Amino acid sequence: MLTSNILKGVTKGFPLKIKAVKVENVSVDYNRDFVARILQRIEYGALQSAVKDLGLNESLPETMSDAMQQDDEFLKLMHKVLLEYEIEEGELICPETGRKFPISKGIPNMLLQETEVS
Amino acid sequence: MASKRPEHQGPPDIFYNEEEARKYSQNTHIIDVQTKLSERAIELLNLPDEESCLVLDVGCGSGLSGEVLTDLGHQWVGLDISSSMLDVAQEREVEGDLVLGDIGYGMPFRAGAFDGAISISALQWLCQADKNYHNPIKRLYKFFSTLYSCLARGARAVLQFYPETPNQVDMITQQAMKAGFTGGLVVDYPNSTRAKKMFLCLFAGGQVQELPTGLTGEEGNEGVRTQARYDTERQRYRHHRGKSLKKSRTWILEKKDRWRNKGRDVRPDSKYTARRRPKPF
Repeated sequence: MLTSNILKGVTKGFPLKIKAVKVENVSVDYNRDFVARILQRIEYGALQSAVKDLGLNESLPETMSDAMQQDDEFLKLMHKVLLEYEIEEGELICPETGRKFPISKGIPNMLLQETEVS
Repeated sequence: MASKRPEHQGPPDIFYNEEEARKYSQNTHIIDVQTKLSERAIELLNLPDEESCLVLDVGCGSGLSGEVLTDLGHQWVGLDISSSMLDVAQEREVEGDLVLGDIGYGMPFRAGAFDGAISISALQWLCQADKNYHNPIKRLYKFFSTLYSCLARGARAVLQFYPETPNQVDMITQQAMKAGFTGGLVVDYPNSTRAKKMFLCLFAGGQVQELPTGLTGEEGNEGVRTQARYDTERQRYRHHRGKSLKKSRTWILEKKDRWRNKGRDVRPDSKYTARRRPKPF
């Protein structure tokens, strides 16, 4: 999930809409400092849409304030959402061009066709 | 017998097919070299102490370098053009997230996402024109400029590669500078053919940083094999970074190996192989 928050399409295509067919839950060691640091770089709006796209049963607060970035409960929730959900099969759709990037076995295919290379 | 450069045999997604990917990842010598290169590259990356960072692994392949990152407590995202190599990485259950893509098309990541980037033995592939619409210089520039943007301000990129010619080194460095990077080339063991390694150490903005110095001195002595080593995997592709001294025991054992490969009749190796014979009477 962390990767989907930083992947983008051909030119400005961010955020990529996620259409998930298969989502897996993995367990990752909790590293409070890492989550706190990475939160500063996360596009919270994009993360919210991603959670909604996937239909995950997680309730995210509407906005992310600075105070919340220090809150342990929130950090643990972010750890779970960012690192413990993996999309096994599905698609990423560019908001600009509608181009679809398939995800197979957890690996998104970002290879471009000849015509798409600028 | 001069060793072939793999990038002359074809593009990386064709060269690293399923069979080659498997061989590559089981070859103990390659694992050893790649691990050492990764450790050195991460050292040059100069990440903040004791902090877990998000690192981009360019040309991550089967995840050998990524595992070193994981061991040091970092999170990483790996990009590679060969689906066979990425399959092997998944089988090995690497911790990093994998993305299938061509670095010559640009990094598909948004601005300021990574704390650092490494690349082990991948950049030389970008210098070949693998398709008739490829222009290596444009691809290099596209790669470096998008790499620059997806790094956080002040972050570093350390790219180890095997240049074919000094011209190639110039071409690569020029495009990196054009893309806005500062920094330069760090060469370890410049005087040793076998041990010499090149790292392009780039800084993405931020404060002015000093280029790290290359390693010199007691080079290539660690891990020099004095005995020929036989693994269960037959290594068809071997990197000859430096040749053994002629007529030495290593050289003789290697030559006997080469002759055996050709199917010639060769005496079995024993403790007497390459022993200095007493002067004739």
